[in-house]
Formats: sequence, structure tokens, C-alpha cells
Amino acid sequence: MRRRVLPGFGISLGYALAYLGLIVLLPLAALAWKASGIGVEGLLRLLSSPRTLAALRLSVVGAVVAALVNAVIGLLVGWVLVRYRFPGRRLFDALVDLPFALPTAVAGIALTTLYAPNGWLGQWLEPLGIKVAYTPLGVFVAMVFVGFPFVVRTLQPVLASLERDVEEAAESLGAQRWQTFFRVILPMLAPALLTGFALALARAVGEYGSVIFIAGNIPMRSEIAPLLIVQKLEQFDYAGAAALGVAMLAISFALLVLVSLLQRWSHRWQERSL
Amino acid sequence: MTLELSRLHRRFAGFQALDDVSLSIAPGEFLALLGPSGSGKTTLLRILAGLDYPDSGSVHNDGENFLAQPARERRIGMVFQHYALFRHLTVVENIAFGLRVRPWRLRPSRGEIRARVDRLLRRVQLEGMGARYPAQLSGGQRQRVALARALAVEPDMLLLDEPFGALDAQVRVTLRRWLRELHEELELTTVFVTHDQEEALELADRVAVMNNGRIEQVGTPEVIYQQPATPFVCEFIGKVNRFNVWSGNQGFAAGSWSLHDDPWQGRYTEAVAYVRPEQLRLAAPASQPAWEARLRHIYLAGSVAHLDLYVASLDLSLEADVASEDLSRLGLQAGMELRVAPRGAVLFPLDRDGRPLSAERWIWQARSPVPA
Amino acid sequence: MSAVMRSRTVAWPRRLVHVVLIALALVFLVLFLLLPLATVFVEAFRQGVAPYLEAIKQPEALSAIKLTLLVAVIAVPLNLVFGVAAAWAITRFEFPGKALLGAFIDLPFSVSPVVSGLVYVLLFGAQGWFGPWLDDHGIKIIFAVPGLVLATIFVTLPFVARELIPLMQAQGSEEEEAARVLGASGWQMFFRVTLPNIRWALLYGVLLCNARAMGEFGAVSVVSGHIRGLTTTMPLEVEMRYNEYEYVGAFAIASLLALLALLTLALKSLLEWRYGDEIAAHAPGGH
Repeated sequence: MRRRVLPGFGISLGYALAYLGLIVLLPLAALAWKASGIGVEGLLRLLSSPRTLAALRLSVVGAVVAALVNAVIGLLVGWVLVRYRFPGRRLFDALVDLPFALPTAVAGIALTTLYAPNGWLGQWLEPLGIKVAYTPLGVFVAMVFVGFPFVVRTLQPVLASLERDVEEAAESLGAQRWQTFFRVILPMLAPALLTGFALALARAVGEYGSVIFIAGNIPMRSEIAPLLIVQKLEQFDYAGAAALGVAMLAISFALLVLVSLLQRWSHRWQERSL
Repeated sequence: MTLELSRLHRRFAGFQALDDVSLSIAPGEFLALLGPSGSGKTTLLRILAGLDYPDSGSVHNDGENFLAQPARERRIGMVFQHYALFRHLTVVENIAFGLRVRPWRLRPSRGEIRARVDRLLRRVQLEGMGARYPAQLSGGQRQRVALARALAVEPDMLLLDEPFGALDAQVRVTLRRWLRELHEELELTTVFVTHDQEEALELADRVAVMNNGRIEQVGTPEVIYQQPATPFVCEFIGKVNRFNVWSGNQGFAAGSWSLHDDPWQGRYTEAVAYVRPEQLRLAAPASQPAWEARLRHIYLAGSVAHLDLYVASLDLSLEADVASEDLSRLGLQAGMELRVAPRGAVLFPLDRDGRPLSAERWIWQARSPVPA
Repeated sequence: MSAVMRSRTVAWPRRLVHVVLIALALVFLVLFLLLPLATVFVEAFRQGVAPYLEAIKQPEALSAIKLTLLVAVIAVPLNLVFGVAAAWAITRFEFPGKALLGAFIDLPFSVSPVVSGLVYVLLFGAQGWFGPWLDDHGIKIIFAVPGLVLATIFVTLPFVARELIPLMQAQGSEEEEAARVLGASGWQMFFRVTLPNIRWALLYGVLLCNARAMGEFGAVSVVSGHIRGLTTTMPLEVEMRYNEYEYVGAFAIASLLALLALLTLALKSLLEWRYGDEIAAHAPGGH
């Protein structure tokens, strides 16, 4: 007797599942299958090689630090764009999305040129003893660049919807401006901040295009994990590439699960209201 | 069309929206489904519209299985709670929608559609608004567009989900009267859902009061108001004073006020009594049993005055309504003592666990009605 | 708005804080975002207009442009249809595993682009699951256009669905139900009610999807094989020229991609500004 009132359930769900299965799930299954080819021992040997470890460490630590920096800068930029009015605000607001829109290869060569020892920024940093291009610092700079819009874009709607009267209430209760910020505003922004952090992190961990140009790709020093995969592929070591791919997937899922747990915790005051 | 709804059940995750609901809807009648939110009234309406289906039970239309017909073949006009106007279409396009989506053979000609839309625009008093978009209309205008859109397909039955819910008080009253007139003119079977008892009593030929997925009572507004079938109906419809009475030597009584009767012949020791504010006598003669009450406050609300009374001997607060112009005639002033007695009451005996028994309802009237 | 009013009325230490914060944010935006963009154009025209035009007119450049457009023209409509179907199923019906489906749609966002390409090599490459079979039948997917298309579809799969799901959730199904009660057939309902209601969000999603599809580097780089004139898209052409120290040539192609990015940003801002409420609370996460 039960029928669906709106049409198209079977066809839309069927199509979506088939498409998703063919495009995403089947290939990922191939990845898992190929990776299993080298066995647990082989996987451990591969992952414990110093070069792999160094690359994974750079990808993960670099991404975490970059996402943290993005959380701080993103909060500043988001705050300024939402709360203050100044000429050109719209333009700067649109500019925030540039790292989304600019192809990574273009960002990569542009950043490299900019931070090279003779580049616009590099020439000022070089005398200070700061080398960016072809160092781990360059990897970090590229990761900040690609992850930048996430925090701003997740924060903006939340910032805009923050009730002004809550801040006014805090001030009327005698709180200093900075106290209001750290005790009232920041906790309310925390869930969105964490979402932005997670997105920036996920993006930076796997980032390839913008990083490889500026990294210099010096083994053990400025080589990122995705590049190792490419190199293994070029050597026709498919199982090794697949194993590294699985390791990277596992790492990014672990990080995302961690962040979502943090998020649930920071969101706890919203759970009750249904 | 006569609709026969029989033993409908509908369960959603975690709650019973309809619990054994049976109801018949006569041709041309104006029926209100009245109840608090979550009482199942909207679910019932959606089942009639073909937007939801019961887990069990049947709906027959002149003997035909109504549930087997998909929504689009039921010849129903529906006005949604938030109107569900197509925001990207103008008023005219909204009203014409149901005609334009007809299969080519059944579709009226352009001119005919245009003429029918014009007639409807006039009927809902929106001439000259045809080119506007829903966002450019007021709430009351949107509601009338939704109604015109529903009527355009010449339905056999009109369903309205909280038709006045989103409107402010004044518009609501005007539109209510207008809808009633429209109904009388079209003689279209109309079912509407509301949580507003005043709206239901004022508009409908019959009211079905719903609670927790069940129909508590179906009847004319007079019956619902004067002879409520269950404690829920007593409390949901209108304002009401509620207190307990106990069985004694002279029948049931509460303090110094006694009913001098026991229709249950000693089977129950306690009952709950419901008395409407206008059923309280404020100056009962000494010959009649009554309470000594203090008039704590007079709330003047236009033509009516609400009196806040307190019976100290029972620790009972009561509300009585009198016409404002009677205040001075009766010499009422805050702080004065009054002899107060109900003129009528609806009583339900309580079983041993203190649950009221609707089946044993007793409608009591004072024997010698004395003018107030 | 009130921010202006406040900043006029508040005491000067607080105004100073405002000014400092604005300055900090703007300096960052200029140095970190605007400067790289400017670099692209400055480097592209470093030797003047003629070498720039020369670099763009080379046959490799033209074939890269054509290939990029071809890949986008195939990948974007496929993901558009998928996005609409997935959003319709998820927002209009209840079914077990709905949350899981939503998570799977997001999956490509958390997969490294390189891995996105890798999975297709493992599936269709010489040593892959279907490799030998494809080889026997003379079908080439990896190091050929189909591989580029597949990898691009993979990385751009979530965009349209992600844009539509929150909007359609917020809009609810009342209008569609009204259309049904008024007698509309399934397709009439879709084309007359659903589609007009989601058109701007759809366009928005397509815009982001297209920008990523044309600019994708990591995933296509893995499946491309870098065969000049045959399997190099514009971003790959940029890489190859850059690695061969053809800086002007690399930046010339890059400037075209940067223009595409600027156009995307402009259209995106226009859509947000003009049809903000019809795009609604779109989930952030356009890579």
C-alpha cells in the first residue's frame, strides 16, 4: 500500500549509486586489492623506509601546521570581512576564493617564482637567511595557500549570524572586549573553525600540484608523499604505489575522524536543541 | 463525493501519528480537523491528498478505493500550510499551473485558461495582481493565490492545512469569514486542519477533535462546545475551570458546593468537573449551595471582563467571564467577597488509578436556572 | 551597517584595533593571494606581447587547450546529471544508508589527486584489473583521453551534489507536492518546479566543477603519460614547459588558466551577489 508521493526515487538513487560505484568505489577497491598484493610485511617494509617516512612526515606535519596557521589567519580575514566596512571589501572577499579557482600547477609555478632567491618576495627574505623555495618551508607556504579559503568560507556565515546581543550582554556584564572575544565569540565559532581546519587539512595532506614546483623535491628533506607515489608509478612499482596510496588514505581518514570527534565535543552545546 | 475513512493507522519512526482513525465526510460539508501539534491531523489531511499513505486502514470514495488513486488523479485542491506557491512563477502562472500541466487532449485552450484565471483572480479579490511574484505579495494575498490555484483545477474536494496559521490576527478573521462565504457559494467539500479552536468552531459545520493520533470527538461546534466527550476536549476547547468533586451523603460535592446527585449510584468516589467561565454564577442566593470566593482581580478585555476568583476553603482559583457592561450593574470590585456557584458542569468519574472515564460522562445542569 | 555606526561612535583605542586588524588582513591577502596572481601575468609578458602570443599559438598549446575543453565538456555534464540525481534521492526520500551515500559523495574531496589518478591506473593500466582485456581489444584508457576524463570526473564528482543538497533540503518538497496534487507528471514537476528552483545553485556548482575540471593537475598528470599534443591538458603543458625552462611559454598558458580562474571568481561573486538566497547556505568545500 505504501507508495512514494514524489516520483523518481528508483531512477535517481539507482543512477547515483551506479555512477558512484563505477567512478569512486570500484577504483578504490582496485587500490585496496593492489595494495594487498605486497602483503603486510611488504607494506611495513615500504612504510618504514626512511625516505617514505620522511615524505609522509612532511605531508602530515606540514599539512597540520599549515591548517593551524590557516585557522588563525582565516579567523582574522573572516572577521575583518564580516565585521568591518572598508573600500574594496567586496573585491577582497572575492579574492579569498582564488586558491580554489586557480589551477594548482599555476599556483605552483607562481609561488616558486615569487619565493625564488631572485623573486619579488624571495629577494627580501634571502638576506634575512630565510629560504622558502626548494625547502620544507616552501612546501608549507604552498599548503597554506591551497587551504586558505576553507577556514574563511566556513567561518563567514557563522560570524554573520552571531547574535550581536550576546556580545552586548557580555559587555554589559562587565567583560572587556578581549574577554568577550575569547570567552563568548571564540567558543561559538569553534565548530566552524574546526570544520574549516579539517577541510584545509584534508586538502593540504594530499596536495600535489602547487607543492611539487616549490618543494624542490629533495629526498629526505622536501619530498612529499604524493610525489613518492608518482615516482613509484614511473618505476612501474604499482603495488608500492598502491600501498602508499592506501597509507595516505588511511592517514587522511584518521585525521578527519579525529577532527570530527573534536567537533562533536565543541558542538555539544548545540546538540540538545533539536 | 462521500468519503469513508476506516480504521486508519500511520506510524512514523518513534510515534503513532494515526491510531485507529475512522471518519466519514459528507458531500459539501465543511469539516475541521482540530488538535494540538503532533495530534495526527496533518497526517490525516496528507493521506486524503495522496501525499502520504496509511500503514493500514482504508479510504473509500462512494465505494471506490480512494487510496489506489495517485495524488494527481484524486481531483483534490490543496492549500499548503506555507502555501507552497511556485516562487519563480507569477500569480497568473501559479493559478494556471494545474491546467497547463494537463495532457494535451484535456488541456483547455489558452484563451479558456486565461478566462478561468481571470475569473478566479476576481473571486479571490486579486485583480491587477496577476503579474506579481509570490515574494511581492502579503501573507493574506499569498493565501488567496494558493486557494485560487487549488480551485483552478475544479476539484471535488478542497483541503487546507492550517490555512490561517501564518497570518496576523486581523487578516485571519477577515479571511475566515471570506472563506466561509466562498464555501457556501461553491458548496465544495472542504476539510481544513487547524490548532486554533476558535477558528474551527467559527468556520466548520463539523469539528473532529484529535489528540495523540485518535479522534476524541466529532460533532457540530455546538455539541463540541457544550457536550465535550472527553476531558481532553473540555480542556482543549475554550477556557475551562477544572476541579475535583467527591461523593458524600448528598451526592457529589466540592467543599460547600454540592450537586445533590450521583448518576453513577455509588460506583465512584471521585470525579473531575469542568466548568466554563461563563457558567459561574457570581451572586448565588443563600438558599443555594455555593462557595465563598474572593474577587482577586478584574481583567478587562474589551467587551468581556475576566474575573480572577479564589476559593480559600478549597485553595482553588477560578475564572469567571461577565460582559464588561455588567461589571457596574453587579457592583463588582476587586477585593470583594462573592458567593459563587456553577450553573452547569461536565463531569467524568475517576477510576481507582485516578484516570477519568470518558464513557461515564455526566452533563449536569443546575435545577432552577436563576437569571444572573 | 551597524559596524560602521559602531566604529564611528566607539572610543579611539577600539577604532585603532579595527584599523590594525583590517590592515593585517589586507596585507596578507595582497602578499599571499594577489601577488602570485600578478606574477603569472608579469612573467607571461616579461619579453613582451609577441613572444606571449607566439607561445600560445604553438600547436602543442592549441591542442592542450582543445583537450582541456574536451575533458571539461564530457566530465562536467556527467557530474551535473549525477549531482541532480543524488541530491533528489537524498533530499526527497528516506532510505537506509542515506548518510553513508552522502559520505561517499564527499569522498573524492579527501583523496589526494595523485591517488585519484592512481586508482584508474590500477584499474585500467597494463597491470590493472581490466588492463589485459582492454589491451586485447585495442582499447586505450590510461595514457589516453578516456583516462583523463575519468580522473577528472573523479576529482570533480562532489561539486554539483554538494551545492544542491543543502539547498534542496532547505527548500523542502512542498512545492513539488503541490505540483503533484495539481496534476503534474513527474517530468512536468521536475522541469517546471524543481529545476527553476535550483537553477542558480546548479549553475554555481557547474561553475566550480568546471574550474576544477579545467585546472586539475595531480590526477590527470598520473594518467596522462605526458604525450605532447595528444594527452597533455593545459596544466600539464604548463608543467612540461616550466620543467624545460620555457618560462614565458609556461606562464603564457598559465595566464590563460589564471584568466579562467578570474572569470570563475567574477561569475561566482555575481551569482552570490545576485542570487544569494537561491544558492543558499551552500556547504563550503569547493576545492
